[in-house]
Amino acid sequence: MIASTITLHHCLFLSILIFSIGAFGVLVRKNIIVILMGIELMLNAVNLSFVSFGYFNSSLDGQLMSFFVMTVAAAEAGVGLALAVTVFKKFKKIDIKLFETLRD
Amino acid sequence: MTLSAIIFTPLIFGALLCFLKSDKSIKVSTFIFSIVHFLLCLFMLSNFDKTTIDIQMAEKISWLPSMGISYFVGIDGLSVWLVMLTSFMLPLVVLGSWNSITKKTKVFHLCLLGLQTTMIGTFLALDAILFYTFFELSLIPMYFLIGIWGGKNKLYAAMKFFIYTMAGSVFMLLGIIALIFMTKSNGGVMSASILDFYALDIPFVAGSYFSTQTLLFFGFCLAFAIKVPLFPLHTWLPDAHVQAPTSGSVILAGVMLKMGTYGFLRLVLPVFPEAAEYWSWLFLYLGVMGIIYGALVAMVQTDIKKLVAYSSVSHMGYVVIGIFSLNTFGLTGSLYQMLCHGISTGALFFLVGMLYDRTHSREITKYGGLAVKAPIYAIAFVIVTMSSIAVPMTNGFVGEFLILLGTFGASKVAAGFAVLGVILGAAYMLWLVKRVFFGPEGELVASKDEAFFKLTIKEKLVLAPLIVMIFWMGIFPNHFISYSEASLNHLSKNMSNYELNIVGQANGPEVNSNNSQGESK
Amino acid sequence: MEKTLLSILLLTPVIGFLINGIRFRSKNIKVAGSIGTGAALISFICSVALFFKVKAAPDHMVLVKFFDWINIGSLNIAAEFLVDPISSIMILIITGVGTLIHLFSIGYMDHDERPAKYFSYLNFFLFNMLVLVLASSLPLMFVGWEGVGLCSYLLIGFWFTDKEKAAAGMKAFITNRIGDAGFLLGMFMLFYTFGTLSFGELNEMMPAIPEIGWAGPVTLACLFLFIGATGKSAQIPLYVWLPDAMAGPTPVSALIHAATMVTAGIYMIVRMSPVFMVAPNVMMVIATIGGLTAVLAAAVGLTQWDIKKVLAYSTVSQLGYMFLAVGTGAFIPGFFHLMTHAFFKALMFLGAGSIIHAMHHEQDMRKMGGLKKKMPITYWTFMFGWLAIIGMPPFAGFFSKDEILWLAWASPLGSKWLWALGMIGAAMTAFYMTRLMCLVFWGEETRSDHKVKESGLTMTFPLMVLGFLSATAGFLGIPHVISAVLPGHPPNILGDWLGHTVVHLDIHGSAITEWLLMGWSVTVAGASALLAYYCYIKKITFVDKFTEQFKPLHQLVEKKYLVDELYQAKIITPLIGVSKILWSDIDVSFVDKCTHLLSRFAVSCGKGFRSFQNGNMQTYAFYMLLGSAVTLFYIMTGMGK
Repeated sequence: MIASTITLHHCLFLSILIFSIGAFGVLVRKNIIVILMGIELMLNAVNLSFVSFGYFNSSLDGQLMSFFVMTVAAAEAGVGLALAVTVFKKFKKIDIKLFETLRD
Repeated sequence: MTLSAIIFTPLIFGALLCFLKSDKSIKVSTFIFSIVHFLLCLFMLSNFDKTTIDIQMAEKISWLPSMGISYFVGIDGLSVWLVMLTSFMLPLVVLGSWNSITKKTKVFHLCLLGLQTTMIGTFLALDAILFYTFFELSLIPMYFLIGIWGGKNKLYAAMKFFIYTMAGSVFMLLGIIALIFMTKSNGGVMSASILDFYALDIPFVAGSYFSTQTLLFFGFCLAFAIKVPLFPLHTWLPDAHVQAPTSGSVILAGVMLKMGTYGFLRLVLPVFPEAAEYWSWLFLYLGVMGIIYGALVAMVQTDIKKLVAYSSVSHMGYVVIGIFSLNTFGLTGSLYQMLCHGISTGALFFLVGMLYDRTHSREITKYGGLAVKAPIYAIAFVIVTMSSIAVPMTNGFVGEFLILLGTFGASKVAAGFAVLGVILGAAYMLWLVKRVFFGPEGELVASKDEAFFKLTIKEKLVLAPLIVMIFWMGIFPNHFISYSEASLNHLSKNMSNYELNIVGQANGPEVNSNNSQGESK
Repeated sequence: MEKTLLSILLLTPVIGFLINGIRFRSKNIKVAGSIGTGAALISFICSVALFFKVKAAPDHMVLVKFFDWINIGSLNIAAEFLVDPISSIMILIITGVGTLIHLFSIGYMDHDERPAKYFSYLNFFLFNMLVLVLASSLPLMFVGWEGVGLCSYLLIGFWFTDKEKAAAGMKAFITNRIGDAGFLLGMFMLFYTFGTLSFGELNEMMPAIPEIGWAGPVTLACLFLFIGATGKSAQIPLYVWLPDAMAGPTPVSALIHAATMVTAGIYMIVRMSPVFMVAPNVMMVIATIGGLTAVLAAAVGLTQWDIKKVLAYSTVSQLGYMFLAVGTGAFIPGFFHLMTHAFFKALMFLGAGSIIHAMHHEQDMRKMGGLKKKMPITYWTFMFGWLAIIGMPPFAGFFSKDEILWLAWASPLGSKWLWALGMIGAAMTAFYMTRLMCLVFWGEETRSDHKVKESGLTMTFPLMVLGFLSATAGFLGIPHVISAVLPGHPPNILGDWLGHTVVHLDIHGSAITEWLLMGWSVTVAGASALLAYYCYIKKITFVDKFTEQFKPLHQLVEKKYLVDELYQAKIITPLIGVSKILWSDIDVSFVDKCTHLLSRFAVSCGKGFRSFQNGNMQTYAFYMLLGSAVTLFYIMTGMGK
């Protein structure tokens, strides 16, 4: 019964919620690791909406797309962590502000 | 194919040049190539039909059909001598910089060849976008010429030259795009062909600053006026000239400035006839101011090269007033003056460069009495000076006379002020000659002997053709004018409904819109 | 045939110029001089032949076209040469006097370093002068007009290592250029009014009724052309270059700055006499300027000590006479005076050259004196020149000068005032020329320390020929009243010959008045000469007293009215000052600053946007989010539609 009450809107609402939490984390946290986690949250929120759209429109396209996103997310997390490690090695800290030294 | 060959052989040869190693082989082969290129242009000239006003030897290949842009080149009386001038200068420039360029010889010659392609391309392009492309591309090699082989302050000068000229051209690009869209509403098909621009009837309201034609007119004028350079947009010129190497100055003054005045003739007058006529007074007075201002400022210069640079401002002022007198005399005079200025100012820069190569100073006060130590050099300098101040029987006179005659027909007051330039021109040039060549020997002259100033064979070979041209063009101007007479006459008489066709195609503009046409004869 | 003659006439000087020009390093004056003189002589022979050709021609005119020079639309300028009565006389004078002066130069320049250069310039001058007088149209005349200016520039500055001589050449050229600018404007005015610039057509197209007022096109054109003439012929206010031009070698002063080039302005007006007759106001200006120049220059001549300066001011003054003549419509007497002046002034300059050469380049008359015995040929020929210039009958100057004075009095365009100016000038001329004779030839010997010898034959022969001409050339233009009383009633040969092309005024004055005036002017000149003689030989103290009395005036005149200083202070210095301000304050500090301001504006814009680019990732991310939110909002609310 309960399942029948879950509509597309519920899924999208959840997706927005997760996305916002992720975006908030990306914008305000200083720790690179946490920011990366925020990004993961955002990506997964998008994945959720893809899958939901696919499900409710009886199409596999959404699910298909979510695989791509996951792949990209994995690659991105790899690069991001590598950068974080490099920064940590140099400064013994993982603060996002340290990237400002790249500006000039 | 002749025209494309003329445009692109320098570039192709430049590619081959990359395989050469030794400096000497680069110089020799470039020199030989430049002679061949000049012969090619002579061949083109021999095939040129001076009786027709139409575009000859046209080639048209579609390039971006959706915008109506094509590779479209052709030649007529307006451009034929400018192409010849450009090609004539190349061997002299190669020869003249033989010993003075010691670093990066290959790049230097590549720059010269690149300039050749872009300058000739500018003169031959009949598609506005193609014209713009060449017009702008020509800045790059010149930028390198000034920036790499220039004097102390070369980077500043090169940057100023580049950005100043570029800034003006942006307005022209906007104008070209606007005109392309207008051709669509006019003929149904977009076309960037300049010949189609001629057919446009652009709305013009006398007295209004914001009618379409006035705005476009000023956009184009800004681009060309900076290039000319017209007072008060001239300040890049002295810096560029003083910092540029001799060859750069020669090409800059000899040919590149003419791209601006050529633009007036090719695009501004025929495309915006009403605005040109309405605003001609403005350009007459700016030109006259340039003449007097340039001459006065030249008079008090302490650096020989800067003096010559300001004299260019003055001379190009003549060209502008000739163009905006809008009659046959003025237009013919302007075209002639462009060639004369190319030759005589080119020669002046060569001469100054030869002196600089020896003494490494251009301070006028350090010279004096040079005519004793360097008689042949002095004779050459005085002859070129006479040409520059327009003494009859030298080329300068014919152009200046016709320009003043034309200007007098357009505005007596402007002509009255312009003749002051005749006096001031004599004043600053003769004063220069007096301070450098006459009087007691200056510090740089006294310590050197005659052999030090003796001209080498190469230097004599550079000067000889220029001096021959000075007299040839002064005594037999008809040999030159007759090629352009029909075109200029057509432009001055039919400016408001100007139209050009391709030879053999009665209704050129209609055929032009047929973009699939590969090549037309 | 005519074409061949003309080609030889014009081309031999060019060939001479080229040959001597190419071997300009040669120090061999014999070779260089022979080439130069030979070229001039061949030209002279051609001139004589052409003269007879023209005389035989039915309409006294030979028109030869070589090629089209500038041909655009309605403007047709051909290299076309016209030999008619006026130009045929001119070419005779130019090549004749020219040949003599070339010959003289061989002696005069014998110690010079660069004789070949010198002769090449002289030959080139001959060519340009011939082009000037033979031109059939104004632009072609302008070719010669500027060409002779160029040669004058080169020859004045011949010894260019001297700073002042080089400056004198430059001054001559630039002053002439001022006139040339006027010439150009006059030419344009005529072209736009009549559509042609050829003399023949212009003279025919002139309206019959003279223009009234100042704004008429012909009046303006004539005024501008006259400005050109004041430059070339050294009239007020542009005469300042001629005294300085004496820096050149003396034969050059004789040829260019006395006999030929400086008369170009008069020649031009005579050539266009029908045009100038249409502009009576301009004629008045010409006559007034001429008269004033005649007097003012003569006054300066009274005070100078440099022999060449005296002769230079004398030339300016005599040119003033010629303008006075043409301005009163007396074109033929003006031209007649041009011719006689060419003979006697060339003679005097060459005489002065002979003296200067003998005195080892001493030009101060106070250091000369008593040269009568030492240089007899120079003395006697100079004497002829002196008699001619002060207007003693029957020497050449008498006829031409009295014709001018008579027409200034009697012509409808003349006036008593102009005549009075002429008279004062004549009296002064007699005084300063006699002064010169006294100081140089008659007075005591002041320099016995070095031997002064008579010059060689190459120098004395031209003197003798010119002396003969100065004595006899007057008989070519015997005035009507004189010929009426002479046996056989000799005709006015020159007047009749020129009358074919030049406007000839019919003057109906009484013969008695003319005789009276003639007698009066001879008396005045004679008295003035006598006075000078007494002052400088018998040492009466008149001059000292006079100068003491009018000291400020005398100093002003002696300093040449401070005109050079005035021009320097009021024109040249301010112009240079303005130019410097233009350069440093306007060009560098304003125009270029504006450019820099514009570029700085672009830079500051960039700086403004740069603050967005602070390197903080989270800020970037925030902008991105903001951007996508705005975009989404825009799309979803349908505002894009």
